[in-house]
Amino acid sequence: MIKSYKNIGNLFLITALVLFLASVIFGFLASLLYRYPEFLKDSIGLSGLRPMHVTAAIFWILLAATGAIYRSLDEITKQNNHKYLKLLHWILWVIALIGIYYAYFTGNFGGREYWEYPPVFALLIGLAWVLFLVVFILKVRAIKKWPVYLWMWFTGILYFLFIFIENYLWVIPYFRESFIKDMVIQWKAAGSIVGAYNMLVYGTAFYVMERISKQANTGFNKWAFALFFLSFFNMLFNWGHHLYLVPTNPTIHYVGYIVSMTEWVFFIKIIYTWKKQVTEAETYLHYFPYRFILASNFWLFFNLTLALFMSIPVINLYMHGTHFITAHAMGTTIGINTMILLAAVFYFLLPEEENHHSQWLKAGFWGTQISLLIFLIALMGMGITKSLWFFEEPQAPFGEMMERSRVWIVLFIASGTVLMGSFVILISKITATYYKRS
Amino acid sequence: MNKWVSITFVLLSTAFLLFSWNIYRDEAVYEKKPADYDAEMQKQGRLVWQKYNCHVCHQLYGLGGFLGPDLTNVSEKGYHYVDAFLKNGAASMPAFNLTEEETNQLFEFLKASNASGSSNPKEYRKLWNGMIEQ
Repeated sequence: MIKSYKNIGNLFLITALVLFLASVIFGFLASLLYRYPEFLKDSIGLSGLRPMHVTAAIFWILLAATGAIYRSLDEITKQNNHKYLKLLHWILWVIALIGIYYAYFTGNFGGREYWEYPPVFALLIGLAWVLFLVVFILKVRAIKKWPVYLWMWFTGILYFLFIFIENYLWVIPYFRESFIKDMVIQWKAAGSIVGAYNMLVYGTAFYVMERISKQANTGFNKWAFALFFLSFFNMLFNWGHHLYLVPTNPTIHYVGYIVSMTEWVFFIKIIYTWKKQVTEAETYLHYFPYRFILASNFWLFFNLTLALFMSIPVINLYMHGTHFITAHAMGTTIGINTMILLAAVFYFLLPEEENHHSQWLKAGFWGTQISLLIFLIALMGMGITKSLWFFEEPQAPFGEMMERSRVWIVLFIASGTVLMGSFVILISKITATYYKRS
Repeated sequence: MNKWVSITFVLLSTAFLLFSWNIYRDEAVYEKKPADYDAEMQKQGRLVWQKYNCHVCHQLYGLGGFLGPDLTNVSEKGYHYVDAFLKNGAASMPAFNLTEEETNQLFEFLKASNASGSSNPKEYRKLWNGMIEQ
């Protein structure tokens, strides 16, 4: 890791890979609890393992996106400057990470879903994010005409900061006075913050694709800007679907419902451009950055289909509170964000094509795609079982419903094990090749 | 194009800030059942819920982890029912060593959650436009 200090972007990418590895290992251990409830019950348990898994997964996305953006900005401006600010940015993250995992291992929580650490560590992350915004502005201030990916990164960085602060309004007692208002703000922030870091990831995908295809003007394409604004619009207002069952102001439900229906445009656009992508694939498939972005497009289609159904309240009624939600969350985190970020990791850390001719890498790639599909099917199977249980009359005890899911749970654990193994192959091969060549 | 991009960005951001402000300042009472909880204790109870990471396994209105059942309306089963699970645990749930004060605060929070409505999907009406409501 020390070798990367000359380029802080690479340092972020390597740190992110370490977190990614931690995430898959903690995730695997947590999945075992579904079948073996006594496993680690009186030590870490799910109350410790799940935050360890989720934090590592979210921070993998945030740090990998940061590394990719720093590397991209250096390429765009043809300068590797502001090194000390970037290094300070990285140090703040490392201090926060050490503190957060120390808190988790000692059973000290106190935060909310996805951010379970004691809120004091949020100050370090917030400060790190302010530095990110400062470096970004310093880097791009001389660029007069911004391509779409610069807009996406700017929007993602700025809004992440705003929503991250909103995510901590609960520390002020006023915001906890009304149970419903507190729930609304919590899930408003939880929904929008995903949109904010998706902006960082999708901007990276756009940049990497532009460089691979060597078509310099695609970043100024009107369609690209139209899709950016549609994503932005959804990031700001499409979080109400989390709250369809929460009895709050109906305006929130209707805004979420109407805005989410604009996602059909993405859906149609994917189908429309499919043929073009197949032609491109024949040219670039051997190159792993392209291969992973192509894979992310497949998973985007899969998850968008799921998301569109979930956004219709009468259908959401049958999917909400079930593992369909987990399937959607895992599908987007692994299938879309992770695939794009692995493309970026390959592009920035191992750009030479000769490093991509490896049977291990191919095995890792196909292992992740196939096991992820089975993994998501297993989660949806668990979702169907739970949904049927919700509406049965008389309703069986919760434990009996879990027992009915046994086949799906075994499939979930088995495919999760292959998924973990495939990611471990990819991560170890990438890092070993990177350090060998540098 | 930069000018139009900037204008659209500012307009959308302004709309978002106004919408958010409206939510922060919303003083409406969204309760479907009589509120019989202690307002101060329920605020503290929310922090107890977070301290012990209850959401990792349980849900409120279907939001949370899926290893345990939804607890939105569990307070209807009474204080002793909740207390027994906290003290003894269940299948994958360990016993929690909450102080008596923490248990009381947590129970008031669960009473506030119960007063807000029902999380049972069977109790929702389907409207002609695809929306649902209690």
